[in-house]
Amino acid sequence: MATPAVELVGVTKRFGDDVVAVDTLDLTIEDGEFFSLLGPSGCGKTTTLRMIAGFEYPTEGSVRIHGVEMGLKPPNERPVNTVFQSYALFPHMTVFENVAFGLEMQKVANADVETRVRRVLDQVQLAQRADARPSQLSGGMQQRVALARALVNEPEVLLLDEPLGALDLKLRQNMQYELKDLQTRVGITFVYVTHDQEEALTMSDRIGVMSAGKLLQVGDSHEIYESPTSRFVADFIGEINLLEGEVTAPGAARLANGSEVGIPPGHPSAGRVTLALRPERLVLHQVAGAVPDDRNQMRARIVRRTYYGDVYFYDVEAGLSAPLEVKEENRPDVVTHAVGDEVIVSWSTDSANLVSD
Amino acid sequence: MTQGPVTPELERAAEKAESRRGLLIGLPAYAYLILFFAIPLVLVFVYSFASRSSTGLTVLEDWNLDSYRRLADPLVIEIFVRSFLLALITTAICLLVSYPFAYYIATRGPSMRNILLVLVMIPFWSNFLVRTYAWRVILGSDGIASQISQVFGGEPVRVLFTSTAVLIGLVYGFLPFMVLPLYAALERLDWNLVEAARDLYASGWAAFRKVTFPLSMPGVVAGSILVFIPSLGAYVTPAILGGARDVLLGDYIVSQFLAARNWPFGSALSFGVMFVMLLATIFYFRVGAKSL
Repeated sequence: MATPAVELVGVTKRFGDDVVAVDTLDLTIEDGEFFSLLGPSGCGKTTTLRMIAGFEYPTEGSVRIHGVEMGLKPPNERPVNTVFQSYALFPHMTVFENVAFGLEMQKVANADVETRVRRVLDQVQLAQRADARPSQLSGGMQQRVALARALVNEPEVLLLDEPLGALDLKLRQNMQYELKDLQTRVGITFVYVTHDQEEALTMSDRIGVMSAGKLLQVGDSHEIYESPTSRFVADFIGEINLLEGEVTAPGAARLANGSEVGIPPGHPSAGRVTLALRPERLVLHQVAGAVPDDRNQMRARIVRRTYYGDVYFYDVEAGLSAPLEVKEENRPDVVTHAVGDEVIVSWSTDSANLVSD
Repeated sequence: MTQGPVTPELERAAEKAESRRGLLIGLPAYAYLILFFAIPLVLVFVYSFASRSSTGLTVLEDWNLDSYRRLADPLVIEIFVRSFLLALITTAICLLVSYPFAYYIATRGPSMRNILLVLVMIPFWSNFLVRTYAWRVILGSDGIASQISQVFGGEPVRVLFTSTAVLIGLVYGFLPFMVLPLYAALERLDWNLVEAARDLYASGWAAFRKVTFPLSMPGVVAGSILVFIPSLGAYVTPAILGGARDVLLGDYIVSQFLAARNWPFGSALSFGVMFVMLLATIFYFRVGAKSL
């Protein structure tokens, strides 16, 4: 197997005496992978990225890029480039000069600089604007200059710190596709920091979810969304219902409202468990008879209905600690319920997940 | 106030009223500047074309350009070049000393920054004249500088009443005027840009040369102008620390008004100096703006 692009071994970063930004992090990012570090602000994801780039040094631990220990190497001696959240384009230089900067610093011959810069500007469709100043460009264009400026150096690893954060929604969605295409085309390892779960889910080969300096779970989009292992990951990615229960028998638990429900395997033999259920995995029925026998079910009442155009969100009171959230598609063959309706909520046991606290 | 829908006429009237109120706010400053700056300047300008009577009095008739012609006199040129060079060296030394210090202040934490900025401003709390006189004690033949030289077995040195003394005094007096604009420019700097440069394979020095320094140009330009212009026309410092041999512009102009009682020539000299300062400022702004 090829050497991993990035390895973090026991990496800890402390600021001062009591702030632990990153806590004994172990992470391996494979070569050619689109890897996202996902988490809320202050979770340590940006600090982790900055330690790979060399803007910060770990308090302890090892950062390796393609097997080479980075130690206290300054950023200019690392085979990585960064796309900054604020783009950090040099305002006193033209687009061309910005993109050429890295090559000039590496003392690449002038003729090569010219061809390589032109080629990468073509790739990001900015060849026409080579002589413009960054301030004359739109946010989306600036973003592409920042990308071109990093990519022109053909780094072994490209680090991206919330690069789409400053763009508006439509543009952000377009750029998501562009970025993913670009990554597939150039085959460079991308390490992408974001707090936007949708961005992470749509683009990444694998995602690492961080909270309070710790890496909670690493997996592909499907695993992270469908099989969160902790309450935090379940709650941070998308909408989730968390149901507290008491194990009564192998594969069964009693909820706070007294219902006996099935739970997936791998649970403790006794004690409390937390079930995580996605709103779209829950189904509402008008009458009990309509529910297949192999599904869990409980009586409930609609307390709120929110219309999102393509879907309805229902808040359903079932005697649990909080109302359940149910998401149903707005389709002619799906019955729409009204506030106050008595309904049956059902789900299948294998769509539920056990999560730790 | 009329209530009801707004028409274009009403909107225009409201805008006019707004700009009148703006003028009112500026009025005290306008009055002060016109009375004590613009009018005296016009007077000096008028005097520069006047002539002198045989007894040396200024006569406000026979308007001529004689005073301006005298500006080409070798003696005047020599004084001008000397003052110009001194101001240039003062500015250069201030820049070299202030830049690292301003950089240091701008990169400290907020509380340390405030302490350092107060320290920069402390000299302003005592009188400029008094502080300049203090340099006489330090630079005199039995002053501290000379004593230190003798401790190390050297000759007694007398710096006082030389151009070097004036240079020391000018740098000392104008240093804060260089530090503050440089600090303001560096403090505003987006340090992400420096990180970006380092990320793009620039060494620390290359990042400074290519990014930090060009982006601090507004501070360099402002500080240099703030030091160069008062240095060129300096009067107090050369009068206290300078010698009789190396006359400088400020002193020369004053002597035209007082000792020589040649007001027209003194006025022409003043305008000549102002013209050169204007040219230098425009040139400097152009160069500064180009590098941005």
